[in-house]
Amino acid sequence: MASSTGTSDTGSEPGSREVRFRGGGFVPDTRRWVGFVVFAILIVIVEWGTRAGWISALTLPRPSDVLQTFQELYQSGLLFKHLLPSLTRLAVGAAIGVSLGIATGVLIGLFSYIRAGLAPLIAAIFPIPKIALLPLFVIWFGIDEGSKYALIAFGTFTPTVVATYGAVDNVDRSLIRMGQSFGLSWLSIVRKIVLPGAMPGILSGLRISLAIAIILLVAAEMLGAEYGIGAYILEAGSLYDLERLFAGVVILSILGVVVSAAVGWLERYLLSWRT
Amino acid sequence: MELRLDGISHSYGETEVLRDVALDIPSGRIACLVGPSGCGKSTLLRFIGGLERPAEGRVLQQGAPPDGCLNPLTFVFQDFALLPWRTVRGNISLVLEDHGISGQAADAIIGDVLERTRLGDFAKALPRQLSGGMKQRVAIARALAVKPAVMLMDEPLSALDAQTRELLIDDLVRLWARTPFTAVYVTHNLAEAVRLGHLIVVLSRRPGRIRDIVELDKPIDQRGYADPDLDATQQHLWTLMRDEARAADAELIDG
Repeated sequence: MASSTGTSDTGSEPGSREVRFRGGGFVPDTRRWVGFVVFAILIVIVEWGTRAGWISALTLPRPSDVLQTFQELYQSGLLFKHLLPSLTRLAVGAAIGVSLGIATGVLIGLFSYIRAGLAPLIAAIFPIPKIALLPLFVIWFGIDEGSKYALIAFGTFTPTVVATYGAVDNVDRSLIRMGQSFGLSWLSIVRKIVLPGAMPGILSGLRISLAIAIILLVAAEMLGAEYGIGAYILEAGSLYDLERLFAGVVILSILGVVVSAAVGWLERYLLSWRT
Repeated sequence: MELRLDGISHSYGETEVLRDVALDIPSGRIACLVGPSGCGKSTLLRFIGGLERPAEGRVLQQGAPPDGCLNPLTFVFQDFALLPWRTVRGNISLVLEDHGISGQAADAIIGDVLERTRLGDFAKALPRQLSGGMKQRVAIARALAVKPAVMLMDEPLSALDAQTRELLIDDLVRLWARTPFTAVYVTHNLAEAVRLGHLIVVLSRRPGRIRDIVELDKPIDQRGYADPDLDATQQHLWTLMRDEARAADAELIDG
């Protein structure tokens, strides 16, 4: 590059110099492998530290031990005994919460009276930590699966509602006017213009609500669950068994990555018209 | 089918936008509405199409719409208003689905309008793949698909560059020459108005009133780019409008 003093002789004539490039940047590129490298480096550092002794066994478990615990968990068949009920709770709870949330959000987006009535209510219940309501849900829905479904459903409901009605608000009004000008029925406008137009916003809301669902899943399973990842982590924690605790945490992380990838796949499939 | 505007007045809050507009739009003719910005010409078009209601006055349809007409008053918008998640074909079938037209009947109509707008090869393309001119041709094809009695065109070429605009003017002239249609064409571009209008309605600045109606006798398929016959009319229109356009330009938006 030419030096900034301007005296370099990159040009053919004296006194001429090349224009300095100052554009570029500020555009995120896809660099998939960097994420894996960061993960790998962190794990290697912890492994090294625990083996060398400058990380004590009480602070962090050794990654290789966690992996071994994980293998034992898999071989004993306990992994699926814990994973299946958790996945069922996640799927049922999130399905109830998300579908009710989308329906409510669309209604708030479309009808002024429903918006005036429900939007403040949603704003009031959004910041409540849903975990605090778990005892109440146990009374309402019983200590079995009911209260767990309810907690996850309630936790995913509010962010879905907020994301959905924001997305409906953002649907291009000129497209709706177009639909009206061609005499499309109300239902057709909602189905063919409003819902597809709101889909990008609904899906980014879905990403957030599903992450919340995983957090609440663990909370729900800490009360009255024999099997489940939350129960497994709670048991390991009370025994101070760090290897098992971390094995459980790793399962949750993987679950988070898988859910996020699933939403990403859904976005690519449903929103292929965007890019 | 003819349209009659009967004493239309309207205000948005304190701002009076239209005052006592009365106009007849004859069948098979293109009526251009021109006027300085903010004179209410787009508002008037939305009244005609039933997307808004005037405070006073009525818009009357006279006579029955032609046979097979699905949507008598059909808009073509400045921003095209295509659904980005539907293909060219899907955007046209959208306006047929609600009339229960699907399958072969829809294919026949879609094929016909795509051929008339020379889009036959692009039925499966998504709007984001199309240029501005092509998008507007899709919107015109969609409007033709419902066999409108009157086309309501709201600055249809204003979002396009000058060259594309010329091409689209030729396309519109060709379409009209093939099957004459009735249209109300809102524009701020006088060159477009003299190329496409059988009658040119000049509105005054806000509150919009009809200042003059200029009729052009030369058949539109014989008018060309930079036509000397049209220059005189365009000059006349501009003298009518210039002072008002300048005053409208100097106005505060909420003033």
